[in-house]
Amino acid sequence: MKNPLDSLWGTVIAGLILTVILYYITKVIIGG
Amino acid sequence: MEMLPGIYRWIHIMAGVMWVGLLYYFNFVQVAALKAAQADSTAAGITKHVAPRALFFFRWSALVTWLAGAALLSSNFVAAFTFQAGFQKIGIGAWLGTIMLLNVWGLIWPNQKKILGLVQATDEQKNKARRIAFLASRTNTALSIPMLFFMVAQTHIPM
Repeated sequence: MKNPLDSLWGTVIAGLILTVILYYITKVIIGG
Repeated sequence: MEMLPGIYRWIHIMAGVMWVGLLYYFNFVQVAALKAAQADSTAAGITKHVAPRALFFFRWSALVTWLAGAALLSSNFVAAFTFQAGFQKIGIGAWLGTIMLLNVWGLIWPNQKKILGLVQATDEQKNKARRIAFLASRTNTALSIPMLFFMVAQTHIPM
């Protein structure tokens, strides 16, 4: 499998996916 | 004294703009430019004159950003890093920023010194350093996206 970080847009998409994951984790932690 | 938090925030944002701005310059511009420049043998212009200057402001603005952020958190520093109530969002942002700072000083800069010839390295060590510095820089670019989201979210995005 190719490393998404080798591609600029793969990097940006990885960052966006991580944002969504952390958003939901934080929401659970906050209890919202 | 009551001006201090505002001053810390101002410095935090200015240094942060320089840090992330240069990070995006490296990833969005320089990586592709260097590849093209190597093809027509003009890469020295970038590696000799541009990259060392950009790296200087990059690594020091990273440190100033973190220190000003820590000063801004002040007595809430521990609360943020341990995700206490009301500090979860800024805590995520602070942790991501801290990981990014460690990447700059622990991975990117030591390996860039080998690549730029500031420290002795064999061709094999340089190739390895190139890959590590590249991946650490790309990791920081990816991490900057949620980091900036959570910095903004602390006061502007309800959860």
